[in-house]
Amino acid sequence: MGVEELVASLGDNVLTTTLGKVIGWGRGNSVWPAQFGLACCAIEMIAVATARLDIGRFGSEAMRASPRQADLMIVSGRVSQKMAPILRTVYDQMPEPKWVISMGACASTGGVFNNYALLQGVDKIVPVDVYIPGCPPRPEDLLNALMILQERIKARGIVTQS
Amino acid sequence: MIESPGVTVTRTGEQGAFGGELLTVNFGPHHPSTHGVLRLIVDLDGEQIKRVQPVIGYLHTGIEKQMEALRWQQGVVVTDRHDYLSPPINNLAYALAVEKLMGVEVPPRAQVLRVIMSELTRLSSHLVWMGTSGLELGAMSMLMYCFREREQIMDLNEEISGFRMHTSYIRPGGVFADSTPRFLEMLDKFVREMPGHIDEYEDLLTMNPIWRARTIGIGRLPAEDAKVLGATGPMLRGSGVAWDLRKSMPYSGYEDYDFEVAVSNDCDCYGRYLVRIKEMREAVKILRQALDRLPDGPVNVDDRKMLPPPREELETSMEAVIHHFKLFTEGYTVPAGDAYVAVESGRGENGCYIVSDGTHKPRRVKFRSASFVNLQALERMALNHMVADMIAIIGTADTVLGDVDR
Repeated sequence: MGVEELVASLGDNVLTTTLGKVIGWGRGNSVWPAQFGLACCAIEMIAVATARLDIGRFGSEAMRASPRQADLMIVSGRVSQKMAPILRTVYDQMPEPKWVISMGACASTGGVFNNYALLQGVDKIVPVDVYIPGCPPRPEDLLNALMILQERIKARGIVTQS
Repeated sequence: MIESPGVTVTRTGEQGAFGGELLTVNFGPHHPSTHGVLRLIVDLDGEQIKRVQPVIGYLHTGIEKQMEALRWQQGVVVTDRHDYLSPPINNLAYALAVEKLMGVEVPPRAQVLRVIMSELTRLSSHLVWMGTSGLELGAMSMLMYCFREREQIMDLNEEISGFRMHTSYIRPGGVFADSTPRFLEMLDKFVREMPGHIDEYEDLLTMNPIWRARTIGIGRLPAEDAKVLGATGPMLRGSGVAWDLRKSMPYSGYEDYDFEVAVSNDCDCYGRYLVRIKEMREAVKILRQALDRLPDGPVNVDDRKMLPPPREELETSMEAVIHHFKLFTEGYTVPAGDAYVAVESGRGENGCYIVSDGTHKPRRVKFRSASFVNLQALERMALNHMVADMIAIIGTADTVLGDVDR
């Protein structure tokens, strides 16, 4: 095969892209959430993993029991003052790059519970990427949040810190 | 003295029966099989459990305190959220307590709708229990099957109340809205199909050798101990005591339904599993009867001081506008006094104690939650078992941490 023929055949067999796009594509399509259920929203989080909604379609069905293997923390429910340091510990144990979805009104703002017991928004202790409204949000809302997060991860590429 | 979380294993210095030293192991609050954020401090002799100390409060939400700041009709919304696997049953306990103080009796159609929602919730609660417990003991497909039916119940919830989980459907004075024809159609289909689905679950678990090996003889709780520890619900009935509030202290017209109390004399995790399976079958039976006898009529008490007037009246009647305005700015008052009402939830006796000082907000609301009391039996059940059986034992207690901590 001559050089000309080789070059001509490249168009059908080779894709050119940037490293950032490849890494972003890989990261975005394999976001593994930590298995970290807190309250009511955790039940809807389980529902997302089951047959009707099937979070596996988005590459996130592998809920990891160990934070060391997780990329995403879904704060599913209300965070009490007593739970806050543990939540932060779990977040710190997750390897970089990592993302946080604040699921539901309680996790995002404290919700109806404006009182002494609850943290008024999980963003006081961990940086949140996507907030989901609802009490609890529909499972579809969680999938939507995951898709928004995926788009962001893919757009950022190699750079993970904002 | 409880050490701060983070210390996972410490030596106690005590000598164990097998020549080793007792170890204190921290279990939770972030652990995949504690059904939420339960933390246990377990003393182990080798692999044998010698002491179990539950540490609770990781989901303390201040729900009881919060209710003191909300008006009587607003409190319903918060009751949904303590035992988040059986919201309508929590609503029912609260609504019955408020109605008891006010001396209100809801119309027959509302009574039947309340029973329908309670039984649907009992089913969905048991389905979540069975799915997650199966998952923890290795039966992964159980979760998929159980949540398949749970989604149908969520659809029913959505059809009748507009919301999937926290329906706030049962309210003091009646229910949120009348059932739609589509709801009754969906429910009829669900009731026809559900017994077949329960057979499916039994095919997967009842004679499954792994399930039996992990549950039979594990977590024994003799009847006397269950009574002394105050256990209720499947925990008590799994120990051979036929105590079901729907039969022994009927409410919402449960005395008119033909159903059996599920009892098992096994006193172990397997017995409690059988009780829950039987309860699901009985719940379907009650749903069928409720569907057949659903009477016509209003679904709310005819009291303009307690419930808002119908929307169409607002356009023609000045009085209706005044009632509407008063109700949504001030709320209604409840006569001074206190009342305790207990209902049977999927977990046991779900009681609500309210104190009123005659104003439009409660003076005190206290929930007697079944999970909190049942959690006491954990040490009795886990004693001298292997640490791996702890998973089965936590699962069988079916605690909802929101219900424990409130």
